[in-house]
Amino acid sequence: MDILLQQLINGLTTGSVYAIVALGYTMVYGVIQLINFAHGEIVMIGAMVAVSVILALTDTALPPAFILLTGVLAAMPVCMIIGLALERLAYRPLRKAPRLAPLITAIGMSIILQHVALMIWGRDPRAFPQLIENASLAVGGAAISTVQIAIIATSCVMMAGLSWFVYRTRFGIAMRATAENLAIAELMGIDTNRVIAATFAVGAALGAVAGVMVGAYYGVAHYTMGFILGLKAFSAAVLGGIGNLPGAMLGGLVLGLVEALGTGYIGELTDLCHWPFVAEALAERCHADGHVVLLGSNYQDVFAFLVLVLVLIFRPSGLLGERVAERA
Amino acid sequence: MNTTLKTLSLSALAAAVMMACGKKEEAPKPTSQAAAPAEPQPVVVKIGHVGPLTGGIAHLGKDNENGVRLALEEANAAKLSIGGKPVKFELLAEDDQADPKVGNTVAQKLVDAKVVGVVGHLNSGTSIPASAIYHQAGIPMISGSATNPALTEQGFANVFRVVGRDDQQGPAVANYLLATVKPKTAAIIDDATAYGEGLANEVEKTLKAAGVKVLPREKGTDKTADWKAVLTKIKGKKPDVVFYGGMDATGGPLLKQARELKITATFAFGDGACTDKMAELAGEAAEGLVCSQAGIPVQAAGKAFLDAYKAKFGVDPILYAPFTYDAAKLLIAAMQKADSTEPAKYLPQLKAIQYEGASGRIEFDEKGDRKDAEMTIFTMSSGKITPVAIIKGGKSMTLEEYAQAAAK
Amino acid sequence: MRQLRWPYWLGVLLVAATLLLLPFALSAIGTAWVRITNLAILFVFLALGLNIVVGMAGLLDLGYVAFYAVGAYTWALLASPHFDVHWPAWAILPLGAALACVAGVLLGAPTLRLRGDYLAIVTLGFGEIVRIFLNNLSAPFNITNGPKGITRIDGLSLAGIQFNASETFLGIPFTAPIKYYYVLLILLLVILIINLRLADSRIGRAWVAIREDEIAAKACGIDTRNVKLLAFAMGASFGGIAGGMFAAIQGFVSPESFVLNESIMILAMVVLGGMGNVWGVIAGAMLLSFVPELLRYTVEPIQRALFGRMLIEPEVLRMLIFGAALVLTMRFRPAGLWPEKRHKQEMSVAS
Repeated sequence: MDILLQQLINGLTTGSVYAIVALGYTMVYGVIQLINFAHGEIVMIGAMVAVSVILALTDTALPPAFILLTGVLAAMPVCMIIGLALERLAYRPLRKAPRLAPLITAIGMSIILQHVALMIWGRDPRAFPQLIENASLAVGGAAISTVQIAIIATSCVMMAGLSWFVYRTRFGIAMRATAENLAIAELMGIDTNRVIAATFAVGAALGAVAGVMVGAYYGVAHYTMGFILGLKAFSAAVLGGIGNLPGAMLGGLVLGLVEALGTGYIGELTDLCHWPFVAEALAERCHADGHVVLLGSNYQDVFAFLVLVLVLIFRPSGLLGERVAERA
Repeated sequence: MNTTLKTLSLSALAAAVMMACGKKEEAPKPTSQAAAPAEPQPVVVKIGHVGPLTGGIAHLGKDNENGVRLALEEANAAKLSIGGKPVKFELLAEDDQADPKVGNTVAQKLVDAKVVGVVGHLNSGTSIPASAIYHQAGIPMISGSATNPALTEQGFANVFRVVGRDDQQGPAVANYLLATVKPKTAAIIDDATAYGEGLANEVEKTLKAAGVKVLPREKGTDKTADWKAVLTKIKGKKPDVVFYGGMDATGGPLLKQARELKITATFAFGDGACTDKMAELAGEAAEGLVCSQAGIPVQAAGKAFLDAYKAKFGVDPILYAPFTYDAAKLLIAAMQKADSTEPAKYLPQLKAIQYEGASGRIEFDEKGDRKDAEMTIFTMSSGKITPVAIIKGGKSMTLEEYAQAAAK
Repeated sequence: MRQLRWPYWLGVLLVAATLLLLPFALSAIGTAWVRITNLAILFVFLALGLNIVVGMAGLLDLGYVAFYAVGAYTWALLASPHFDVHWPAWAILPLGAALACVAGVLLGAPTLRLRGDYLAIVTLGFGEIVRIFLNNLSAPFNITNGPKGITRIDGLSLAGIQFNASETFLGIPFTAPIKYYYVLLILLLVILIINLRLADSRIGRAWVAIREDEIAAKACGIDTRNVKLLAFAMGASFGGIAGGMFAAIQGFVSPESFVLNESIMILAMVVLGGMGNVWGVIAGAMLLSFVPELLRYTVEPIQRALFGRMLIEPEVLRMLIFGAALVLTMRFRPAGLWPEKRHKQEMSVAS
């Protein structure tokens, strides 16, 4: 029971991170129907900037919480500038181009960002300094660390803030109008270019925070970390229904939980020694090893993709998505 | 029709340009060859080295290359003559990016350049396919760091290695654990790479043979940062030891997260995660880590080698430089014995060689593996990995004992 | 039928002569360049295969490398000491193509309802799933030998010719890479003809119709389901052939050769060259195969000549140039360097 609870906590934490990164994908997609493939690299750069700032400040007498906050506040503008530059240089000129063209520029930009990061920060993994004493709270036999609590809490605050921003402010209305129909929004007097740029900036700022969270949680930052994280988050966005904000949050959490529970339990479920008939055929090996596991944690990425494929087959536009992307 | 014609003429043009380039590139070749036979000038003998100079383990690739470079420069300084003529050794260093496809291309590049011997490659994954190319060309290769047994199991007479195999390192670390921790249950994790899985399999074999209960294998990838789910599962089974086959970049977070989950088992890692970097990545959690390196620790390597390396490159060797240094020296020693730089002539001498190198005494068995390769066990104490035992021929000894034995 | 004039035949003759003599010219520089050319031709196969799916039928496939892997592993498992079976090439190569074809249908069938970006992520997932299985099917039962890969794979041998061995014929030395070059050249010719014929066939036009407007295509009586499946199947089988040849040439396969990056690279070849245009795609594949290799040979000397030392490591600079090239090409030629005519017309009408 305590193990199950622990896995749920693990999944929830990872899921929160996925959700925040997924928001970056889904916001951009919602507004201009474009997969910003370079978003994962923005998250990576956020983590890297934060590591550098925090390392520079660790020896000072400043309080740890202040140092961490400085790291986040330094990472945010850097990421926002990169997000804006991406939009201006790689995406805006291609808004009317064939659909795959911006995908290729996105791939090109992520290669460039990755290697610029390599030049600045090197190829060794960077250790993320431990600022906050990582105490664990016991919850029904499971341990939840302060970092985990901080991540889940920050995610909730950010999601609430974003919802307020999108659904309650004038700018949010302009954003939703642009997403609904760019041409008509323009006719209504909305400066759509500004709205699109701002969407990139907000997504990048969320990415920066996510980068710091990932770095603090796992304790490392590396110039290649953005790719796999971006991939998972993008899957989460699609799972929830790309272009749909609550969908991205739900998708992230579902993906995180599926991974944790899959890793935790698939091995026992597919232990052939507990299966009828098969166990007898394998009696000799079962006796020698005590287990013949068909699928183990090595398939954890498979579970994530498999759930995604299954959901999409039965709900082709994701869990909460309504619109089917019309343009193929 | 029109566009077809254009494309055709374009491709013809491209081909013509390529050929023209070919001629241009050819030009410098004859001069170097023409210069070689001239009486007073020494014969240039080319030796290749291949390792990843870019990518995740580029620092190890450079370390390997430096070892070879040092060996060749020392040989040049000694003004050797082979076959009655003075010789000058030249290093051709190539980057295989740790990619088997690229490894084959650069192997062919070295064969084209008529190297007489190759030190490398660094990874087993690139060494195995490339060895076939060297085999066809009849060029001896000695790897100083590829530990996968399959490399020397192919039946190629030209393939050697001076480093211990996975099936020598795995049992060494497992036996050390059996002797010191006396585990009842063990969990084994690997990073699903050829290296990590290979080593983990050998550890598992030894532990099982000693009657230890081994839990089902858990795996991540070579980029995994989130080990919480895997570790939580392991925690529920309460193992006494946890072995991880993988590199330090993933091993650091693994160890840190394990201690956060309050897993108290002894952790043991292979040579990929047996570096000082572990202390930085895992912080205090790294204390007490047991890890192994294939070969003898740099500190116990020949003093002369250490000093020369430091003097030349300004840094300490990282991991495999003593081995690549020895590999290059072995090639040269065999050439001297055969009094020929021709691969076919010096190969028999290489097979039968007995040599005292920076990494200890070297002899090859019939497969081309090193006889009685040493393994070293380290523990992490106050942020530094410290050698605690050297295992040679199944015998465990301390660093001092080994140094005394080597001095004799 | 338009009359073909002598410049046309002269051009054909010239190209044929160049292609036949090319490996010898290249081996004068170094046999390594013949190997690089062979790999480039394999990428042409892959790019042409993907072009059917992405370029013609407009189905964004990010997991194409899976079919390449299926072909490669089929050859590796059936012609190596791993299971100690050694099937002849004429049996494995078509089998590899057929299995890849089946994999294509298996991927295509459940995903037919998905469009655009949803399809992209599902195919991407499919590619990763195949790779992860190849990487992990070493336990509990060893099928693929896991990350260690399969070694000592048999080379191609046809009609008594061992393609892995060097030999001298009519006084001319034929090394293994040169022999493979000719095999690949013949395969390329076959695949090229199939592709050119397909592009102008009923099926080809049906694919383009689906790409342009699926609903209209359906209304015109095109069986979109089967036609889409056919695109997946045909595209996949070319990937399977490329994979089989890759295994034979390399003599070693491991899952690390079939990563997502490889899929992205093949897609970049198709898009950069010009989606839908067979010649453009070939040029794209050649460009992206050779440019990194050329940069490998030139980046270091050029920097040394200009600045006297290395400012940026060659590999890093190589990737930076590559990334910038992708961005700039798309920025100024969004339909690719050599766009399909139909595409070009559309673009000019749109603007």
